[in-house]
Amino acid sequence: MNESDTHTTGSPYAPHTDDGRTAMLDAIGVDSVDELFDIPEDVRFTDEFGIDARSERETRRLVRSVLDRNADLTELLGRGHYGYYIPSLVDHLADRSEFLTSYTQYQPEVSQGFLQALFEYQSLLVELTGLEIANCSMYDAATALGEAATLAERVRSTSGHRVLVPDLLREGRRSTLENYVAGTDLTVESYSTDDGTVDVDALESTVDDDVVMVYAENPTVRGTIEEQLESIGEVADGADALFVLGSDPVALSLLQRPADVGADVVIGDASVLGLPTSYGMGLGLFACSEEFLRQVPGRLVGVSEDATDRRAFTLTLQTREQHIRRERATSNICTNQAWVALRTAMHAASLGPNGMVDLAKRGVTRAEELAKRLDDLVGVQAPVHDRHHIREFVAHVDQPAPAIAEDLEKRGFAVHVVGEHEIQVCVAGVPDDDLDDFVAAMTEVVR
Amino acid sequence: MSDDQTPTDPTTDASQVRYDQARYVNDGQYEPLLSEKDQTNVDISGDNNDDGDGDSGSPLPDNLTRDELELPELSEPELARHYTRLSQMIYGIDSGPYPLGSCTMKYNPKFTEDVAALPSAAVHPDRSEESLQGTLELLYRLQDYLGRIGGMDAVTLQPPAGAAGEFVGIRVAAAYHEHNGEGHRDEVIIPESAHGTNFATAALGGYDVVSLPSDEDGRVDLEALEAALSENTAALMLTNPNTLGLFERDIEKIADMVHDVGGLLYYDGANLNALLGRARPGDMGFDVMHYNVHKTFATPHGGGGPGAGPVGVVDKLEPFLPAPRVREAAAETNSGEPTYELFDPDHTIGKVHGFQGNWLVLVKAFAYIARLGDAGLSDASAKAVLNANYLASQIEYDVPYGPFHHEFVASAGEQDAADVAKRMLDYGVHPPTTKWPEIVPEALMTEPTEIESKDTLDRLAAAFNAVAEENDELLEDAPERTTARRIDQTSAARNPRLSWHEIDES
Repeated sequence: MNESDTHTTGSPYAPHTDDGRTAMLDAIGVDSVDELFDIPEDVRFTDEFGIDARSERETRRLVRSVLDRNADLTELLGRGHYGYYIPSLVDHLADRSEFLTSYTQYQPEVSQGFLQALFEYQSLLVELTGLEIANCSMYDAATALGEAATLAERVRSTSGHRVLVPDLLREGRRSTLENYVAGTDLTVESYSTDDGTVDVDALESTVDDDVVMVYAENPTVRGTIEEQLESIGEVADGADALFVLGSDPVALSLLQRPADVGADVVIGDASVLGLPTSYGMGLGLFACSEEFLRQVPGRLVGVSEDATDRRAFTLTLQTREQHIRRERATSNICTNQAWVALRTAMHAASLGPNGMVDLAKRGVTRAEELAKRLDDLVGVQAPVHDRHHIREFVAHVDQPAPAIAEDLEKRGFAVHVVGEHEIQVCVAGVPDDDLDDFVAAMTEVVR
Repeated sequence: MSDDQTPTDPTTDASQVRYDQARYVNDGQYEPLLSEKDQTNVDISGDNNDDGDGDSGSPLPDNLTRDELELPELSEPELARHYTRLSQMIYGIDSGPYPLGSCTMKYNPKFTEDVAALPSAAVHPDRSEESLQGTLELLYRLQDYLGRIGGMDAVTLQPPAGAAGEFVGIRVAAAYHEHNGEGHRDEVIIPESAHGTNFATAALGGYDVVSLPSDEDGRVDLEALEAALSENTAALMLTNPNTLGLFERDIEKIADMVHDVGGLLYYDGANLNALLGRARPGDMGFDVMHYNVHKTFATPHGGGGPGAGPVGVVDKLEPFLPAPRVREAAAETNSGEPTYELFDPDHTIGKVHGFQGNWLVLVKAFAYIARLGDAGLSDASAKAVLNANYLASQIEYDVPYGPFHHEFVASAGEQDAADVAKRMLDYGVHPPTTKWPEIVPEALMTEPTEIESKDTLDRLAAAFNAVAEENDELLEDAPERTTARRIDQTSAARNPRLSWHEIDES
């Protein structure tokens, strides 16, 4: 390279030299880059955005200083988004740039590693749910729920309009579902719960032939464990409706296997393993019975052979997808959450089956123990629901809940406010020492 | 390789370039699955639990638990090796050029991973707004950046991908028309050459898709558009530059035509990298647009995702955006800094994600934009367009449509474009997007982005040109230097095996 050949200014990630650029312009046959733009003068942008360029160091400092405005709190938060400890192995290996910087595996011959990792992720979900098919990711639990509803409409042999969801459903999931079905003939309706779990009698009385899908969660958003999943499945089945169950990989490691209770589809947030708390960023888990193979939304990795007859992996059944089927596709999803799925698979592999089961069991015992300790405080009754719990539970506080939460925040703890006199507390990812400190803080706050 | 090739300059002689991807073979097969390395069955029920961890069994009654769980139980060193080997069997941007048309495979700056990994970014969405001022400020500033870059009045960051952004656009359009008593509008017009997601999104939104042919120059056919537009038109979805890399010169006329019938104009942001700092969708008459931050703003594609698809709108559509959004609050901090709060737009469509989208991706996009600034962003579009034009000038395949910008679509002519792609892999480069858009026969849709140097583009051109000279037999046998040889797609689809459980049974 010529010594006088200096880097041009502008983007720090464009490697052009002045000489190189000149040679390129010559080869194209123009004098300047501006000549290459075929933009009518009327719509040219000649102003500036007013965004200053910064060095890498300055940019890091900027982002750090902005994010430093987030308070440093111990989060006892859950309700669908959890902060389990992520092993270092996950960060280091998932950040290998081949994983991080590759595209969707449209050239499988150079993408075997990612395809295998996604195939292993799918296999993990198949084992956890007992259902035969798991796709290699949706955006999050809410969008996976929306996709389940449109699947329910597609596979139903007779017409039907009603999608039933529990009255406890998180608003974000309900609202997302409403948007997904807005372009269909489906309507979303709530059914009642009783003391934190499904009121099966109430459900049964509302179900009719017009119902295409019954959705339930295990655990529920309030941390309770459903005790009548089989009955819910039978009610759905009796109306020829799909039974869609919401869960996650940690809960599924211990709780009843969805296939054993008649679930047709399982959705949820798989990033409870793999991601720390990420302001709600997730990984949509989507698994279903093999009878819906041709109707599954999202990408699927399957096994094939290469020209040397060795086993190889490839994206498959792509005729379901938007880039081929266009307006008749099973979903509009293209970019998904593949790298998060990789992280989830790594985290699960790191725990192993013993570690996963143990993590789930500790979610039950630690929630129970913390509830007992809070219940011992004057002015607190916990748990509110006379049910088994995993990870989290609702506690009644005699004082107004918002005031309690505010006082706790001043002491460095974040909890949910879920009612006028109800807070919700989650133990996932919170070390024992911090739980002790939390109980101490609660003791002062409710005094 | 053809005999008549006369090597000259080593940088442009493809025969001097050889790339062999890592390939582990064990018992005649490639790297074993985790499940082939170990399967451990854990009995869940309380009675027989003797896994030596001192745990006396299940804390739940047996009727509430599963019976067993069977998964691989491997040590950390074994896993580190497993995933390192898998990573070596993947071609990424750091491996070499990755000129996938429409995908904008830019270099992903390393430091953006560091800022996204800051402990202060690891926050739960249900915390109080007071305790999340950093997150809200970053989101607010990113909304502002994107608004300026696109010429849009308001931005939502919630959509977790481009297609999700399209869906927001379609839902916002529906809500807007409904609000104005025009709920009868049931058609969305989309050019034939558009991204598949446009069609699928419009259908998901409940619209009839009206497909629009291109004119002979490869742009929107105004007569066909005139014929397609009606009082039933809800929106026209357009990519500009289009998928051939051509700028829609009549964009202002198109905008007027759509607006005259009461429709909205939607901008698919997939190709925004061509226009950074030179033209803005808002100035062209677009009412609503999405940004693909994993394309234009260099956040990593991660083997398929996560991305983010923020949506910008003009003022009249702002009340319909997803909830919540971020705004500056009336109060200041004691030191006079602005504070931020969440709010629900007046006629919001609600939510399209359980929380607020792909936060960690948004942090990386913010960092990228803040790093480049005006100078870097406009330089990116300049060099992206320079690179595409230079590369096209160096390859022997015909490029039928122009003048193109950040990408071009070459035709493989008598060759099969998919085979050309497979053979290009053997030259150590990633091939272009193939067989699309269909307006170009045997399409090779190529987008080198701004991150390639002249030397790399020369090597890429050499790969194109070497393959152009090769015979069909060689192409059909390709690739040979990749981890796996040509993979049989038909058998994968005919006999779907989608988990390791299926392999055990076969």
